[in-house]
This record gives sequence, structure tokens and C-alpha cells, in this order.
Amino acid sequence: MLKCENLFLKQGDFTLQADLNFPKGAVTALMGPSGAGKSTLLAALAGFLQPVSGRILYDSADLTHIPPGDRPISILFQDNNLFPHLTIAQNAGLGVRPVLRLKSDELARVAEVLEQVGLAGFDARLPGDLSGGQQSRAALARVLLAERPVVLLDEPFAALGPGLKHEMLDLVKRTLLTPDRTIVMVTHDPDDAKRAAQHVVLVAEHTANKPEPTSSIFASPPAVLARYLGTGMD
Amino acid sequence: MAHSPFTIKLRWPGALAGALVLLLTLGTLGAVAWQAEWVGGLSPADYAAIRFTVLQALASAAISTMLAIPVARALARRQFRGRSILITLLGAPFLLPVIVAVLGLLMIFGRSGLLNGGLAWLGLPGFSIYGFHGVVMAHVFFNLPLATRLILQGWLAIPAERFRLTASLNASVWQLLERPMLRAVAPGAFLVIFLICLTSFAVALTLGGGPRATTVELAIYQALRFDFDLGRAALLAGIQFLLCACAALVVWRLSTADMLSGGMDRRVQRWDSGAAWLDMLVISAAAIFLSLPLAMIVFRGLPGLVDLPVSVWWAAARSISVALVSALLCSGMAVALALWGGRFVAVVGVLPLAASGLVIGTGAFLLIYPVMNPAKAALVVTALVNATLALPFALRALEPGIDTAKRDFDRLAASLGFGPWRFARMIILPRVRRPLGFGAGLAAALSMGDLGVIALFAGDAQETLPLAMYRLMGAYQMQSAAGAGLLLLGLSLSLFWIFDKGGRAHAQM
Repeated sequence: MLKCENLFLKQGDFTLQADLNFPKGAVTALMGPSGAGKSTLLAALAGFLQPVSGRILYDSADLTHIPPGDRPISILFQDNNLFPHLTIAQNAGLGVRPVLRLKSDELARVAEVLEQVGLAGFDARLPGDLSGGQQSRAALARVLLAERPVVLLDEPFAALGPGLKHEMLDLVKRTLLTPDRTIVMVTHDPDDAKRAAQHVVLVAEHTANKPEPTSSIFASPPAVLARYLGTGMD
Repeated sequence: MAHSPFTIKLRWPGALAGALVLLLTLGTLGAVAWQAEWVGGLSPADYAAIRFTVLQALASAAISTMLAIPVARALARRQFRGRSILITLLGAPFLLPVIVAVLGLLMIFGRSGLLNGGLAWLGLPGFSIYGFHGVVMAHVFFNLPLATRLILQGWLAIPAERFRLTASLNASVWQLLERPMLRAVAPGAFLVIFLICLTSFAVALTLGGGPRATTVELAIYQALRFDFDLGRAALLAGIQFLLCACAALVVWRLSTADMLSGGMDRRVQRWDSGAAWLDMLVISAAAIFLSLPLAMIVFRGLPGLVDLPVSVWWAAARSISVALVSALLCSGMAVALALWGGRFVAVVGVLPLAASGLVIGTGAFLLIYPVMNPAKAALVVTALVNATLALPFALRALEPGIDTAKRDFDRLAASLGFGPWRFARMIILPRVRRPLGFGAGLAAALSMGDLGVIALFAGDAQETLPLAMYRLMGAYQMQSAAGAGLLLLGLSLSLFWIFDKGGRAHAQM
């Protein structure tokens, strides 16, 4: 289980505290007003931001001081998820090992996963030749190949249209979500959370709250969430 | 949400490159200061050299800048066929070996050049290119294009809306827009050129000389090569450094990347058309002044190319080797420094701009002389010094691309478990192929045409192509000199072209 233990984050004047567990085998959505610290929390989980105090744990392992590449964590950013000068196969293959020449069995695995995300035959293309949706699929293929137990999604599909975005979220659920994987996704769209997430963590007022089941939190949203959703005045 | 600065850092190659630059600039300066004979003070000849150096640089900078204003203005407001080619060619003198240009000028303005031929035919007294006005003329030849580009950028930076507004107000474009722009841009162009002319050794070597036209750098060369007076050479080198440092302090904040940047295809749309024929006259005059000497090199060099002495071909081979080593070293150092980043790198990146090749050379000579015969180290030292002097330009070209690549991808690379070396090799280098090729090409061309340090060090066995050409000119073998000049010109431009092209090919942006 991915765990934030008395975590205190500081970035300039901004602070955030978090003390919660992210359940395994589920998608947890981070929601809250913009600037509340959703991406900051994700940066800390991924290892890009050192916490002031507290610990980040996965099962019993302390990740707090482990460099990003050595954590059991994959991440997808809002943009720049693919290296423009590398082919789709090379980009996806980086999930297997961070080298450009893979062994033949590894290459076969890359081709298999590319097919799984609907990119069969795109191996030799460059990211620039692909549409936005296809680029997202390629990045997803890399995360699948990395086979790490935690996946962080920092709004990687935000730039896609609603139809494509739903398609991608369904693909994430179908391919990435396994019983022993923890998926944390930042979103500002309640529909995304309802569609893909079993739990919602509300990030607001300098605090990341404990996860709550998606259905119940939207049924009776706390005041902050209600304000954010624009239903508070009703 | 603002991201915290998380970076994959590769430090020690940058530190190594930085240390090399510091050794070559400040280290050699230390050697100079240590060995200088301060007790004797300055002789009248030294004062004359300082005076000449400053005066010729002032005159060269002033004339270049003033002549550039009408040329830039004409280019800014006229559209004609070949305009963009002409503007591109204005960047070419930067790559042009000085000695080649000087020979071209000699073929027009020299003793038996076109001009004196014409004057004699008309029964008029001859014109001598040697001395103050010759040095200034060569400097104007080199720096008029640079000044024109700098000032043209100023013109093109005036937003089109301002011209529309001025036109609708029926106000004077000159008073409202152009005079303020020139007041902001021209002093910068003047200072950059002043600094360049302070350290232009090859021009003074070929067109100056004698008690009335000796620069400090030329005096260093003479003290070292002819009198073998190390103390005096060191003293003069110290003086030259002070001159450059003073000028560089003033230029400090001015951008040098502008020298070769593109994006000047835009023509300013305006409503005060002025006299078109006058603009075209100005442009034609500048184009002829700048292209005629090179045309002469090609014209006179082609026949000379066939029967070049074998020694010239050997010299060419040496020059190519030095240029390649210098290009690799320069681009390697630039990548290492740019990857490292930070304030130290910013200082290291501009330090060579204030350095003079001759001062570095003198320091290196003083350091090497007690250990071994300096002639044996000539080519190595030349490659090192050339790489260092070209470093600021390569660094300026590379830094933006490397910074962007780092900013865009270091988190992703870190989360994929890339180490710094793999990150540099797999991600950074492919992303900056174009500026890398450009920088390497620049370093190669500059090194190919360099006639500075090599003149201090080389014996016959270390002769490079520019030095061989200079010696041919000294022996009045003008045919062979022109052939060697054409060869040098071709090699310099080809090296630049090959590297630059190599960077562009298959570059994925």
C-alpha cells in the first residue's frame, strides 16, 4: 500500500500536509481547487520534491529518500511524456530498460503492448507523426511495460477532447488496473473521477484528506468540494 | 502549479572544461603578470603602441557603425531580389579567415592592386594601404557587415504598429522611432566592434608595422619572435589584457549571439518611402566593397591553385587537424558547461571574449618555454586556444536548447531511472544536434583561419595554412598566396558547412 505518513510539503510559501493511504487495486482521484497542491503531492510521491518532514512508504519500504527512478512508481505528466527524437517503440521500450537497444524478447514484449494499446504497426513512427490520442497511448504503453506497482497520472489526458479522454481512461482501467496496482490520478473534472476512480482524495486548504468512496463523496460533497463543483449555492 | 527545480546534474565534465578555460585565460594571465618586467616601466614605443591600438579601434568602430546606419536603413525598408541572401552573407565575414580578406583588399588597394593601377593610368599619385588607414579599412571591411546586422535588428524590432501610428499621426519617423532606436542600438554595436578591433592581430601584422602603426599585440609578437625579450612581451601582454578587460567590462551585458542569428527576412512596412534609388545605391556600394576583395581572391587564386608548393598542402593538412580538434574540444566543453549550468558557467562563458589570443599565447609560451621547445607544442596550444576563444559562441548557441531539453524531460528521465550520462547521450545530445553542429562548424572555421597564437609558436614544421599564406605574401609570391587563400577560404567555409549540415540532417525538433 502507498502511504503518506505525516507528510509535510513546502514549496516557496505554499504548504501541504498529507496523512493517508492509497488503496491497492484501485484508482484514486486527487481533486480540489487549482493551486491546492494536487500536482505538488504527486511530485513528492514521484520523488521530485523532498518533503520537509514525514515519510512516504510503499508496503514496508521507506521511499522518502529514494531517487525517482528507483521508486516502484511510474508517472505520466501533462505533456512531454514522449521524447520527440525517439521512435514510438523506443519510447515505449524505455519502460522495459532505459536503453535504446533492447533484446529480441524485450522487443517482442514492446510490440505486444503496443498492440494492446491499439498502436500495432506504429513502432517506427516518431511522436510528431501521431495524433494527441495516439501519443497518449504510446506513453501508456511505456507505463505498462515498466510494470511498476504504482502509477501516477498528472492529468496526462487533459488536452484531449472528452471522447478521447474517456477512451483513454477506460483503457487505463482495462489495461493498467490490476489487483496489486495503485493508481493515483490528478483531475479537475468530476466526470473523470466518477468514470475511472473508486476513491477520491480531496486536496484543499493545505491538506490532502483521507480517501472516500467516489459515490459517497459526490452524493454528499463537503463544503469545499461543493464550492469547487459549483453546487454549493443551490 | 510551479514545479520545483529538480534536475539531473552532470557536474565534473563541466568542472573540467571550466578549469581548462580558467587555466587558459586566468592561468596564462598569471604567468604573464609573474614574468612581466614592471620595473623598467613603459618605453615611448610602448606608449605609441597603446595609442595606436586604441585610436585605430576607435576609428574602425566609429566608421563601421556610421556607415552601417544607411545600409541597415536601406535594407530595412527595401524589398528586392537577393535581399535575404545579402543579409545572410553579412554574417559570413565572421567565418572568413582574416588573412584571406587582407589579401583580397591588397589586390584592390595594394601597391599593384586595381586602385593604384587605375590611378597610375590617370596619371595620379599612388595610394598606400599600409599604416593607420589600411588597418582601419580592413577592420571596416570585417565589421561593417556585423554593424549592419546589429543595427538592422534594431530597425526590425520596431513594431509595425508604431510605423502605422506614426503614419496616422503624420509624425516624423526619424524623430519618433529611428533616432531613439539608434541611440539604443548604435552604442552597443560600436563597443562590440571596438573590442574586436582591439584584439585583431592578423590585420595589424599584415597592414601595420613600423613605429607609427604597431599595435600592442604586434609589439608582443615582435618582442617574442624577434627580440626574444620575454619580460617585455609579458609586460605588453599585461597591458593588452588591461585594455581588453576595460572594454569587455563595458560590453559585458551586450549579446553576442546576435552576431549570427537569423530571422531578418521581415521588411518593415512603412509609409515614408524616401528615395528608392538612394537606398539601392547605398546597398550596391556596400555589396561591392564587401564582395570585390573576395571575388579577387577567387579570380587570382584559381590559377595559383594548380601549382601550389607541396608545403602549402602539408600546412593545409595541419590546419584541418587543428580545426577538427578545436571543433570537437569546443563543442564538448560547451555541452559539458551547458549541462552543468549556473553562475560559474556564465562567467566562464564570457571570459574568453575578454581574452586576447596573443595574451593567452604569451602566457602559454612562458609556461611551456622552461619545459620544452614551444614550437613542438605549437599545434596543441593553437587547438586549445582556438577552442577556448570559440567557446562563448558555441555556448550561446547551445544553452537555450539544452535548457529546454532539461526542463522538458529531466523529470521523465529521472522517473525512468536515467543516470546523468545516459540522459546527456540519449536525450540532450539528439535534442541539440542543430546548435551543436552550428557551434562545432563555427569553432572549426574560426580555428582554420586563425593567425594569432600559431605565429608566436610555430617553426617551419608546424606551419598552418594561414601562416604559410602569410609567409608567401611576405615573399611577394602573390600568385601562390592567392591560391593558398582560395584553398583556405574554401576549407573554412566547407568545414563550417559540413558541421552545420551534419547537425541539420535528420534533426528531429
